[in-house]
Formats: sequence, C-alpha cells, structure tokens
Amino acid sequence: MFRNIYSISKKELIQIGRDRRSLMIIFILPVFLLTLFGYAITLDVNTIKIGIFDKDKTETSRNFINTLGSSAYFNIVTYINSESEINNLLDKGKVQCIAVIPVNFSKDIASKKDLKIQYLIDGVDANTATIILNYVNAFTRLYSQSIAQEVLARNGIKQFQPLNIEPQFWYNKNLDTTQFFIPGLIAMILIVISVILTSISLVREKEFGTIEQITVSPVTSIQLIFGKILPYLVISMLIAASIIFMGYILFGVTVKGSYLLLFTGTICYLMATLSMGVFISTVADSQQVAFQIAQLVSQLPTIILSGFIFPIESMPYPIQLLSYITPAKYYIIILRDILLKGSGFDAFSEQMLYLLIFATIFISISAIKIKRAKSI
Amino acid sequence: MNLIKIFIIKEFLQFKRDPKMFIVVLIAPIIQLIFLGYAANRDIQNVDTAVFDRDKSATSREFIRSFEKSGYFSVNYNINDYDELTELIDNGKVIVGIIIPDDFEKNLNTKKTANVQTIFDGSDGNKASIAAGYVQSIASGFASNIAIENIEKAGIKTQLFSSVEPESRIWYNPNLTTRNYMLPGISGLILIIITINLTSLAIVKEREIGTLEQLIVTPLKPYQMIAGKLIPFTIMGFVSLTLVLSVMIFWFGIPVKGSVSFLFVSSFAFMLSTLGLGLFVSTVSRTQQQAMITSAFLVIMPMIFLSGFSFPVENMPVAIQYITYIIPLKYYLIIIRGIVLKGLGFNDLWQECIILFGMGIFILVLSSMRFKKRLE
Repeated sequence: MFRNIYSISKKELIQIGRDRRSLMIIFILPVFLLTLFGYAITLDVNTIKIGIFDKDKTETSRNFINTLGSSAYFNIVTYINSESEINNLLDKGKVQCIAVIPVNFSKDIASKKDLKIQYLIDGVDANTATIILNYVNAFTRLYSQSIAQEVLARNGIKQFQPLNIEPQFWYNKNLDTTQFFIPGLIAMILIVISVILTSISLVREKEFGTIEQITVSPVTSIQLIFGKILPYLVISMLIAASIIFMGYILFGVTVKGSYLLLFTGTICYLMATLSMGVFISTVADSQQVAFQIAQLVSQLPTIILSGFIFPIESMPYPIQLLSYITPAKYYIIILRDILLKGSGFDAFSEQMLYLLIFATIFISISAIKIKRAKSI
Repeated sequence: MNLIKIFIIKEFLQFKRDPKMFIVVLIAPIIQLIFLGYAANRDIQNVDTAVFDRDKSATSREFIRSFEKSGYFSVNYNINDYDELTELIDNGKVIVGIIIPDDFEKNLNTKKTANVQTIFDGSDGNKASIAAGYVQSIASGFASNIAIENIEKAGIKTQLFSSVEPESRIWYNPNLTTRNYMLPGISGLILIIITINLTSLAIVKEREIGTLEQLIVTPLKPYQMIAGKLIPFTIMGFVSLTLVLSVMIFWFGIPVKGSVSFLFVSSFAFMLSTLGLGLFVSTVSRTQQQAMITSAFLVIMPMIFLSGFSFPVENMPVAIQYITYIIPLKYYLIIIRGIVLKGLGFNDLWQECIILFGMGIFILVLSSMRFKKRLE
C-alpha cells in the first residue's frame, strides 16, 4: 500500500522537478507577494483630506479652523468660497470631507445660541466614511466642550467631567490593521497555490492520456489520491513556513501560541485545500476548466467569504452558512488565534475538526469518482 | 477579414465542444456576484458586547441601556468577574467589554468623574477603532445629559454658552452600505478573471497540444490570428459584464447613476489591457500550469490587492502607492465607481479613460509583437 503511494509521489516529484521554472515561481512568488501585499493591505486611515467652506470669516471661525488643522487627524487641503465648488471637489475625490461653517458662527457663539457645523462626507467607501464621521463628531464635541469650559471657568462655576472612558485594546495596542490581515493573506496564498497545483495534476494525465496507464496498474484510487497529495503537501508546507517567517521579519507578526499547533493546523488546512484540488481534477476534463473552477472556488471566496476582509458576523445568515464551505475561514481563525492572540487548542479545536472533515469528504468523493471512471 | 471571421467561428466551435466551459464562464459570474454581493460587507452593527456592572444602580443600568438603544452594540453577556471577560474575549465571543465601577452612581451624584473601563478585542484594528468611536460618542451623549441636568439643578435658567453640534451629510451613499462600494469592484474583478484566464490558457493550450503549428502553416497572418483569438474573448467579456451589471441593477437595486454607454466604452478600454496581459502571459509560459500560476499570482492577485478594490490606495505607504499606478484595475475602479455611484461622466473621468486606452494599446501591441516573434 505504502509502496504504491510512494512510487506515485516519486513520479510526481520527478515531474515537478523537471519544470525548473515553475518550481522557482512556486517558491519565490509567495514570499514576494506577501512582501508586496503586506504593505498594501491596511485600512488605517492616515489623515483625512478636508476642505473648508468658511461662510463666517471672523476671528472665531478662523480659530475653529486652526484647531481643526492642528489636529493630527485632519489635513486641510483647500479653502472654498462658493457652494458650486463643493460638487467638483467631492466628485473628483480631491477631499474626503468638507466642513461648512455657517454665516452666523461667531455671532451665535457670542450670543450663546446653539449652532451646527455641517460636514459633507464622501460616503462611497462606507468604511472610511464611518471613520471620518467618528473623527468629525469627536472633534466638534471637543470644541463645544472647550467653549463651555471657558465660560464656566470665567463665571466661577465648579465644573466636572462626568465620564472618563478608558479604552484598552487587547492583542493589538496600536490598532494596526496590517497584523489582522496578514493571516488572511497567508491563507489565501496557500489555498491558491495548493488548489491550482493539485487540480491540474490529474487532468494533465487525462489530457495526455497517461491516466490509462495508471488505471491499469495495481494502484487503488485512494493510493493514487494520497500519492498525488503528498508531494504537494510537502511543497506547500515549505511555502507556508517561508511566508510565516517573512510575516515575522517584515511585519512583526510573531507566533504567540504554540509552534506545534501552528504546524498541525497548517497540515489540516493544506489537506483540506489539496483534497479540494484533487476533487476538481476529477470533475474537469481540461486544464482550462480545472483552472477556472480552481480560481472560482479558491480566490474569490477566500477574499470575500472567509472573514479575511469582511467580518462573517456582518453577513446575512444564509451567506454565513455558505461561509462554512470555505476552508480558509477555519484556517484564518486558527492563524489569528495562534499568531495574534496566543490562544490555546480549546479556542480552535472545532476549526481543526472541520478542516479534517472537509478533507475526508473530498477525498472520499474523489476516490469514488476515480473508481467509477476505472471500472468503465 | 473573411479569414478572421472563419477563425472566430472556429474558436466558438471550440467553446461549444466544452460545455462545462460555458457554465464556468457565463453562469459562475452571476452566482458569484450574488453571493459575494451579500457577503462583501464591513458595516459594523450589533457588535457583541459584555457588560460587567459592578455598581448595579439605576444610573448604571441607564448607561447600559444607552448602548443597547444605539443599535451599534448588542449586550449579550452580563458578567460578574474579570476572568469571565478574559475568556469571552479570548474565544472571540465578544469584541467589547464595558466595566462600570462600583462607585459609578455615587461619583456622578457627588460631581466626581466616573472612570469607565472599556476593553476591545483589537485584533481587527479597523473594527475596534470604529467601535471605540461609537463608545466614545454614546458616552459623551450620556455625559452631556448629566451636565445639563446638573446645571438645571443648580437653578441656572439662562443659557451660559452655545453648544456646537456636528451635522453630517453623507454623499452618494447615505446609508453607508459597503455593498454599494464593493459591487462595482467585484464586477471589475470578475471581468479580469474571465478575460485574462481565457486568453492566457487558450494560446498555451494550442501550443501544448501542438495545434499552434497547424495554425502557423495556414495563410493566416499573425495579426489576424491575434484578432481572431481576442475578439471572441472580448465578446464573452461583454456578455459577462452585461450579466453582472444586470444582477447589480435588478437584483441588488444599485442603479447606474451615470451613462451606461460610457461605462461600456471604458470597459472596452479596460478589456484591451486585460486581454493584452493575458496574451503576454501566454507568450512567457510554456505549459498551461505556468500560465495559470503566472496569471493567478502575477496578474490577478496584484489587481485585487493594489487596485483599491478593498484597501484604499490612500492608506498605503507611498512607495506602494507608486506601484499602483501601473495597475489597470485601479483606473477602472475609479471609473466604474464614479459612473455607478457618483453619476460622473466623460468630463470628470476622461483622464482615467485615456490612461486605460493607452495602457491597453501599449500592452496589446507589446504582447502581440512578442507573440509574433514566438510564432516565427
């Protein structure tokens, strides 16, 4: 049994080794991509590009603008003088937000009337807009408080600040978003490469007709599958090790939890993705179709359904159910737990189990399909 | 011209022979867009929250209610010690923990500051910082009510100072739904996957099977061959674009605010560059496997991560921002989001459109020259 698996694996390895260029690409690309994308995947909003429409033009309004400009969150890009300029600025994305200071700004403050400052926010990117909204709200309230404090102090009224909110951010003190996305990037690179490699391995034999030679050999379908999976498991493990290491060197993503669990978790994940690849190759008749299916099931779902970028809790319930079929979902939870939180086995034992079930299901279906093809 | 027509017919006959290909090319994008349209969502609502109320007073309960009422937080756990909170956060059951001190009511009644500790799971830095912004604004609303009550209690009737309130207007996307931002992007992505994959594989396949030699000995000129290869894929691209846009408009109810014909013109410009890239990949690859890996990793993944599809380009480090200038999808996203969401037209987007045409023609000519050389 093991000899058959061994010989299939050996044959596969020889074949992989023959295509030196692919081999180079397979090992160098993931590291290169992690480096490049690692810097690009961030949702940190640096400074908000803001335009000012000062209808008041008094010392008080200028004082307000100065306070705004000196805050680290806002970068005043332009001053405008008419309503007609607003459209153009927001349409072309030259500013993300425009603050409109009303005509009677200083008069109202002097006469102690309540007033409003209008903020026009580009809402196309809802996430960034939400952050801008939080910033302008906080800033305006702070400004309002400073007016109140000044008046109260002048009148000798004892004032107090009722609430002090002390936020503490666990696992990621600086709220850096890159760290959160790196596990997703690792999962994505691994799934794409492992699914593509295995999905075409059997199809290629079909296309070249060599599958018949294997069919007539005494190799059983399960042996054939494991023989195909094993060499790619080794290759993918090496890739995983190298990109996790790069994540540490470049982005400071340390392994807070256990290395042994990281190793086991990665094997479970790769078994799931590789068996998915084998399954695709039993369905497809040409490499072209295999590749299309491989991309459709690996690339986009991993970006969108796995919780890599979009939180699963925010999805509608039926889509949440659908997310169970993306193996990357489980691996991302495992990676985030081990790398970012340092949680133990309890936190993600369920995910490991799912991955193994996933692999078992795909391997059994593929085995049945191959067997049936053999008997014809 | 007649030759090209015959050649195109041959290409379509080949499609017909592989019905799975049809399904993959035409049905898959629609299904994908529907699923992904629901899933691509970063709206932050109903954040799972635990409350540790050490005061258990009327005021503290009122404070907790103000969180429940906001719609941003769902208070799922009322806990009684710190260990419980640690466990909930470690296992990802809650994102926010609010700890109300036992002197909460007493302090507020005696005009002393109450310290409320809030703990966030910071692993998703983006989510944590938005949630922290919500906490801050709910707390400051609660605090200002207390301050007003106090002034009223002190018997001061006249208003001492004006309060400045922010009044925000969100443009283009008033409900701040991320879907409106993501769906046009996903259409662009699906277009890429189809055109690049089809082109890059189609030519390598002919080379691998050996039919490319047969084509070379026909009276077809190289440019006729290229045109014959690319025109069917352009048609397929337009068909899937139409399908995808219909799903966006009729299923998700996101209307195209700008001109649809301009959208198709710029989509054509965009497809020139993706087809060119596909052709280029086919000239640098000898086997289908190489073509797949190259197009998946060197073309499609950079398009996803460096285009601003989900990670805004402005947030990236400057060096990476320079790299994004060579990503065609970046310009296409500006155009498609501008047309669909902002209702912009040629006057606003001509620059991006010209860049896309320029890029497309450049890549297409370059790869055609390479392709011609390989043929000879």
